[in-house]
Amino acid sequence: MTVRLLKVLVFVASLGPAAWLVWAIVTGNLSPNPLSDITNETGVWTLRFLCITLAITPLRKITAWNPLIRFRRMVGLFAFFYGTLHFLTYVIADRFAGLDFPDGMLAWSTARNLAKSVSEDIYKRPFITIGFTAWTTMVPLALTSTAGMIRRLGGRAWNRLHKLVYATATLGVVHYWWLVKADVSRPIAYGIVVAALLAFRLYYASRRAAFRAAAVTAR
Amino acid sequence: MLIKRASDIRSSEITDKKLYLNRREFIRAATGTAAAVAAGIGGEAWLQAATPAPHGRKLENITKSTLSTQEKPNKWEEITTYNNYYEFGIDKDSPSMLARSLKPQPWTVMVDGECAKKGTMNLEDVLKGETLEERIYRHRCVEAWSMVIPWVGFPLANFVKKCEPTSKAKYIEFQTLNDAKQMPGLRSSVLRWPYVEGLRMDEAMHPLTILVVGLYDEVLPNQDGAPLRLAVPWKYGFKHIKSIVKVKFVEKPPLNTWQDQASNEYGFYANVNPTVDHPRWSQATERRIGEFLRRKTLMFNGYGDQVASLYSGMDLRKNY
Repeated sequence: MTVRLLKVLVFVASLGPAAWLVWAIVTGNLSPNPLSDITNETGVWTLRFLCITLAITPLRKITAWNPLIRFRRMVGLFAFFYGTLHFLTYVIADRFAGLDFPDGMLAWSTARNLAKSVSEDIYKRPFITIGFTAWTTMVPLALTSTAGMIRRLGGRAWNRLHKLVYATATLGVVHYWWLVKADVSRPIAYGIVVAALLAFRLYYASRRAAFRAAAVTAR
Repeated sequence: MLIKRASDIRSSEITDKKLYLNRREFIRAATGTAAAVAAGIGGEAWLQAATPAPHGRKLENITKSTLSTQEKPNKWEEITTYNNYYEFGIDKDSPSMLARSLKPQPWTVMVDGECAKKGTMNLEDVLKGETLEERIYRHRCVEAWSMVIPWVGFPLANFVKKCEPTSKAKYIEFQTLNDAKQMPGLRSSVLRWPYVEGLRMDEAMHPLTILVVGLYDEVLPNQDGAPLRLAVPWKYGFKHIKSIVKVKFVEKPPLNTWQDQASNEYGFYANVNPTVDHPRWSQATERRIGEFLRRKTLMFNGYGDQVASLYSGMDLRKNY
């Protein structure tokens, strides 16, 4: 199977969770609190796609199957896609739905009040602050994901910038951890996965450094 | 051809026995962790299989109450598939799937502490002489969602009088059933079991406070706390202890489970209060299940006229 065909399959599969949500909303297959379900599902899928994105390089090194790298941008952009859906759900279901509408729903005051409500909440609640920050770190990565942007930035600078995704994943786990009431087993699970994926990079970096040092002394 | 003899393997190259045993240990631990991680990540039931409670026995001779709200009650499906009942799992829909294993009959309640009538009471004795009333109450969860629920029950005050508390009885402590055979969620240590709640004596004696045995004129479904639960409509949902097996009259305020879990977030009183936020989220508004726009949360959940006097002079910011 060619990589191109595989990419089409991965793309379709990555749309699966969103398609399932749309189907569940339309057919009423969510819980009696559907807005909370949509918030949770989009949030968890953001974390999952971040984990998959971070797993690609380690997998490539372990399997030595280099074409894997050609999937990284796509899964990374899906993390951004689900993260954006998650953020929008919060803005609409949590903030917009809690507004007063003194001049009716379609009015300038609604837009103003919404902006105020969102920014106040981000400022006031640590887990929202963290979650918003995590989403924000994905924006420059999505914007510089095109081939043109990689060329313009240069591979080195681009690589350095895209290390931001480590922060995204870490903040994502903290955000999840802070919002649960009592049972932290799920955030812990994601924490372990992200920690392992980051530890792999540390290990590789240290091996590279040792190799370089050895090469210098050999000379 | 070079054939290595045993002596070519230097002793330094031989793995120490302790190390290779450690390695096995490590692999075992790592596999265990991986399994836990997989369970954690896959654990979110993402294809829902919530099942509304089957309809139970119809309760007879229920009278209407003037203490009921005129608001439209939530649907049976909503009230029986969206439950916080950690003894049956932490997801909202898990009690609807797991609470079938609860056996609400026969049921006994142990009465203990500062009272004359200590001992074990059958549920039938608890109900003896009581007129069942329909009480349609607003129900506000600390998680900022709410429902309107047509409970069936009777005043807790009647039960308290039966127990003949002494003058030392200042508080009541309630306990939920603690039987892992009936309640699979108890195997997880997410909370310290058994679930405990408490009320101050005047709160317990207030006419709004009821012991609930039914929903929509039928026997209370398991996932809603069968066969006997509390409803204190001006307090957050976690005060409404379910499947009560023990009632104890005490001098000091009991340590309720959620306060024990996180005392900076959940207090003893837990009165619905839009002006005192949960440390992590706002309590100013709530989502009524079934609605899109959020409602303004009312002081004491809208029961202020009846209950505000219980707390006059108290700092509700401190006594959250």
